[in-house]
Amino acid sequence: MPMPKRQQIAPAPEPLISVRDLVKVYPLGESEVHALAGVSVDVAEGEFIAVMGPSGSGKSTFMNLIGCLDTATSGSYRFAGVDVANLPRDALAHIRNRQIGFVFQQFNLLPRTSALENVELPLFYAGMPAALRHARAREKLAQVGLAARARHSPAQLSGGQQQRVAIARALVNNPKLILADEPTGALDSVTSLEVMALLQELNRGGITIIVVTHEQDIASFASRLLTFRDGKLTRDTPNAARDAAALAVAQRPPASVAAP
Amino acid sequence: MSFFATVKVALTALRVNKLRSLLTMLGIIIGVAAVIAMVAVGAGAQARVEDQIRSLGSNLIIILSGNFTGGGVRMGSGTQLTISEDDAYALAGEIPAIQAAAPTLRSNGQVVFGNSNWSTQIFGITPDYLEARQWEVVAGQPLDQSQVDSAAKVVLLGQTVARALFGEADPVGETVRVRRVPHTVIGLLERKGQSMMGQDQDDVVLIPISTARKRVLGGTNVKTRNVQNITVRVRDGADIAATEQEMRELLRQRHKLQSSQEDDFFIRNLSEVLAAQEASSRILALLLAAVASVSLVVGGIGIMNIMLVSVTERTREIGLRLAVGARGRDILTQFLVEAVTLALIGGLVGIVLGAIASYAVGHFAGWRTEMSAGAVLLAFGFSGAIGVFFGFYPARTAARLNPIDALRHE
Repeated sequence: MPMPKRQQIAPAPEPLISVRDLVKVYPLGESEVHALAGVSVDVAEGEFIAVMGPSGSGKSTFMNLIGCLDTATSGSYRFAGVDVANLPRDALAHIRNRQIGFVFQQFNLLPRTSALENVELPLFYAGMPAALRHARAREKLAQVGLAARARHSPAQLSGGQQQRVAIARALVNNPKLILADEPTGALDSVTSLEVMALLQELNRGGITIIVVTHEQDIASFASRLLTFRDGKLTRDTPNAARDAAALAVAQRPPASVAAP
Repeated sequence: MSFFATVKVALTALRVNKLRSLLTMLGIIIGVAAVIAMVAVGAGAQARVEDQIRSLGSNLIIILSGNFTGGGVRMGSGTQLTISEDDAYALAGEIPAIQAAAPTLRSNGQVVFGNSNWSTQIFGITPDYLEARQWEVVAGQPLDQSQVDSAAKVVLLGQTVARALFGEADPVGETVRVRRVPHTVIGLLERKGQSMMGQDQDDVVLIPISTARKRVLGGTNVKTRNVQNITVRVRDGADIAATEQEMRELLRQRHKLQSSQEDDFFIRNLSEVLAAQEASSRILALLLAAVASVSLVVGGIGIMNIMLVSVTERTREIGLRLAVGARGRDILTQFLVEAVTLALIGGLVGIVLGAIASYAVGHFAGWRTEMSAGAVLLAFGFSGAIGVFFGFYPARTAARLNPIDALRHE
């Protein structure tokens, strides 16, 4: 049963992400490194974007800036209609807390802490009362299929389960955007497909997703590909022939790798 | 994020590293225990001095007979007796703050019993003297007023004299000769020990002042009512300095001294000696506490060291917390609370250990120790302050981490 091909969403009057001439320069001893040398791009709400490029291409720097983890040297960045390029640390922390969810390659769960508490962490910093926190975290764990594992610590969970806990944590504040940095980098191919299927499902629910990856087959699940090289955005292509990860999972049984 | 929640996070982090937390606390535990024990020892020493002082009579004032000035030559104190028994009765009668004013005639002489004899001090006293010195008899009867009125030939023996003449035997009822005058021993005085000047206060016999004047001492003082000194006890709680001033005015008035004339008497109180003694024991206590505080500071450095290690070790965790929305001050609070919690728990354990140690010192070394609530609170507060002081730098280091660098930290 083939999934219906997803329509490209027409650009809204105000895109979720609007970047113009973004430059990031790192001092390196005497000289400087232009990690990002003028990037302009718009991302509409509901897109599923794969960011690709070799290491040193500037894709990580781009992600850090998009995720409000860092501030640009010059250029403008509007996120959800707000100019965030020059906000102070605490204001950026607030945006990360309320509007952006992060998924990392190494999961970055707190050790010796239950899945539930890990998921609660952003709510904790949002100042939500404990009872509400628990309820919301349970709901999100159920959404990623781990309701039964709420009390398990990361060490008691498989890699795929850990990454799903991390996704639940990214979801818990109902963010507009999920940034996933090599989310499948530490997972085997089957689990990778499951994680991508989960992200696609979330995307269908309306959340904008940006995935950094260097694997072509992972990128094929995105609706748009951004390719970076030498600090510049070199290619921006829609992926009309987008694969459905859920389908790949379903077709998986005989082979260990399902992607083309 | 609420403060309570931060404390919970901090406590969880400490529980995760139990052994390390315990070792870190050890520095503070030892420091606080040392401070508590040392302060207890110091306070004990101070209390002992104070007790000694109280045994002497902390509110004792002694009026000494003044010097006689004849033809421009000032003679030494006591060469001419310028104060009298009546001065004593007037002081007791007119100044309400005075509990007892006891005139005393003093001399030296031989006391003989059987074939033993002993040279000692002979004090002619009234019953007020025993009250003023707070001196009890441990056997027999104290002196009473009728014996003074009748110039009875009775004597109270100091412990040293009794031992010299009677050994272990009971002297009460025996007859001793005081300067060749036979006296009946009516009582044995309680042991007073050494005075602060090192004098043996028990090397004394007390006889009624009238007997002393008429029958024993003789000489120039027989016909007058003059005495060498008056021992005055001020009521508890009364202002010693003010009472002293009242006494001075009353005596000057009685002695009809012009305002241009010097006092013909001296007023001495023990409080200066006591103050000096107390000051020295206080310095000792302070010194002990200061030495012990050094170990507290060392304990604080231990906390800082471990907190820095902890921040380095948990850099990725800090990065993650920052990424999901923790502000710098959330991280600062978290690590500060961890440091303070370590210090305060260490402080509590240290207080318990310090109490045990000071009890042990008191019990086994026989030193008097005194735990004070003030020292306990101070030590507890101080350990908290050490937590804040030495925890701040590591906590700030954590709070200032860049989220990206922290997340990438290996």
